[in-house]
Parts: sequence; structure tokens; C-alpha cells
Amino acid sequence: MAHPLLNRRTLLVASATFGGALVTSGASGLFTPARAQGLAPTQSMRGGSNNYRPGAPIVERIGNGGFWMSGRVRRAGDGAPLEGIRIQIWAHTTEAYERDPESHGATLTGPDGTFRLEMPQIVPAFGQAHGHLAYDDPEFETVFLRPIMSSPKDTSLSADFVLQPA
Amino acid sequence: MSWSVRAVLGWSALAFAVVGPIAIAATSEYLAYRSWIYIAAGFAGIAAMALLLLQPLLAAGYLPGLSMRDGRKIHRWVGTTLVAAIIAHVAGLWLTSPPDVIDALLFDSPTPFSAWGVVAMWALFAAASLALLRRKLRISPPIWRFAHTALATVVVVGSVVHAVLIEGPMGTVSKFVLCILVLAALGKALTDLRSWAVLRRMGSRL
Repeated sequence: MAHPLLNRRTLLVASATFGGALVTSGASGLFTPARAQGLAPTQSMRGGSNNYRPGAPIVERIGNGGFWMSGRVRRAGDGAPLEGIRIQIWAHTTEAYERDPESHGATLTGPDGTFRLEMPQIVPAFGQAHGHLAYDDPEFETVFLRPIMSSPKDTSLSADFVLQPA
Repeated sequence: MSWSVRAVLGWSALAFAVVGPIAIAATSEYLAYRSWIYIAAGFAGIAAMALLLLQPLLAAGYLPGLSMRDGRKIHRWVGTTLVAAIIAHVAGLWLTSPPDVIDALLFDSPTPFSAWGVVAMWALFAAASLALLRRKLRISPPIWRFAHTALATVVVVGSVVHAVLIEGPMGTVSKFVLCILVLAALGKALTDLRSWAVLRRMGSRL
């Protein structure tokens, strides 16, 4: 059945849109006076830090690869790209569990603030196919992200960070 | 007891509705990437969803060849199994990823499906407790029945939304069919048993 009566993705998108609208209006209401002009920092997502492993090593590739996690890291306020920022990435994949050490790896951003790390294919776990990304070093405020894949068949996922100096 | 064609058909259809979704889920490619504990936890949930279909049918005496008395007796056994299945479901998920289950139980999860599941779980425990304490509580039968069916409705609606929102080993079609059957069985039993009639009587007494 290509189009089920009630598609879970439509529900998710609807709830995410609704939730996102609430978060946006709430956050802007709270923070407008301080940073009216600048780029607002990325807020951690709920559940983002689940199964995080502080100090996961910087790797060329997690496991045997086949799936790409990418994104861009900028500074809050002026939006300048940040180079040499360590981003940890982990997920439930075809090779290991989210909590297994071999599922975790870190990478550094390039001069343009982007990062890209190959990892095994993410498979749905705990309801949805999702990945985890973390920035957790002293220079900026810690941010944990938990982006959801729009389809479990996707072979890439991206998430961007706007970091607030600590 | 003679088995009519209708009875044989009815029971076959029911067996198909219960076993089918479990059998289809057993062929899922996702199982290859899961430990046996995670797989068992998932199947405890799928089995619970399938058992949920039996409950209104048993409570309302719709199953051919079963007396109301036997139906209610089996309803209690299925209810006990449901509670055990849900405890196994949550315990297995907890062992698989503790922080995800803690988030879910505290209603702090990023994914809405888990909140529906947790609400259904508490409603199931409440409905089962009510059944266990039926004599001790000395509640009048119509009020007891209204409370039990109201909780059962929360269990069914919560479980259906929970299941529909999950991307997991269940087949999409078999999952939707099972969910629609569970809702239909509940709807039919609710309209026939009219357990809410007690509210109108109570209202007219005021």
C-alpha cells in the first residue's frame, strides 16, 4: 500500500511543524532583546544526548561506512563559519547499537565550517530512523542534536550547529 | 458443541488477524540489526496489540461457541497476559537503551509515539488493577464497568496511535489492518454494552 490512510510521516510532520512553531515563538519571545540582529544559537534537541560517549575518538570513518552524516557549524550572532570544531556522531546502524562504542566517532570541521563523516547505514530504532550529533567542548555551549530521517532508505542525513561562545 | 461454518470462519479470521501481523513482522529486515532482547521487546508489543483485539470480543461475547461466562474468564487471562507482555515490552526496551525509555516514561521524549504508549500502559495497569480489586472495592457493577471500559478505550486509542507512529518491524498494511480491527471491535463492544448509560442514570438522579 503506497498511500496508507493515515501516514505516520504526515502526522510527524504536522506535529513537528506545530511543535516547531511553538518553540520558535517561545524562544523569540524570550531572547529577542539580547540578540535581535544576530543568528540565534541552536538549541539542544530532546533526547539528543541519549547514549552519548564523552571523548569518542576522531575517526576517518565509523565502521564500514556507506552512509553520510554532514552539516555546518557557525558562530551565533555573526554566523561566521567555525573551523576545527569537534562533532561527535553516533546512531543505531546496520553494524552496531547506539550505545556501542564502535557506533561512535568524531570529526573536525573544515575552514568553511562544514563536516562530513561516513558511517554505517542508520536503521530505525526506538520508533524512527534517527542520528545523534554532539558538540561538547569548552569553547562554546554544549549542543546535542537528534535529527530524524525523512525515510529509513535515505543514505545521508545532515544537521547544522550555531554555537554560542561559552 | 457443534462447530458451525460460521464459527469455523470466525475463529479462522480471528487467528489470521492475530497471527498474521506477528508473522509478517518476523520477516522484517530490521531484525537482523537487533539483539534478541530488543527483538523480544518489540514482539511483546506486537503480541499485546494482537491480544488487544481479543479483549472486546471476549468481553461482549462475540466469539462463536463461547458462553459469556467462558468469554469473561478468558478475558481475564488475556488481560493478565497483556499486562505481562507490556512489562516485558518496556523492560526489554529499557535493557536496550535505558535513556530512551526513561525519557518516554517521564514524557520527555522527542518522539510523540512513546507518550501515547506510556499513557496506554498506565491505563492498562489501571484497568487491570480495577479488575483485580473488583470485589474488594465494592463499587456498584455499572460504575465498575463504566470505569473499566473507559480505561480500556484509553488503552486501545493510545496503543493504536503508538503503533501507527512507529517505524519498526511491523508491516505497514498488516499494522493498519490490525489497528482498524482493534478499533472496530472496541467500537462495536462499546455501543452494544453501553457502559456509559450509568452516567445518564446518575445524572437524572441529581
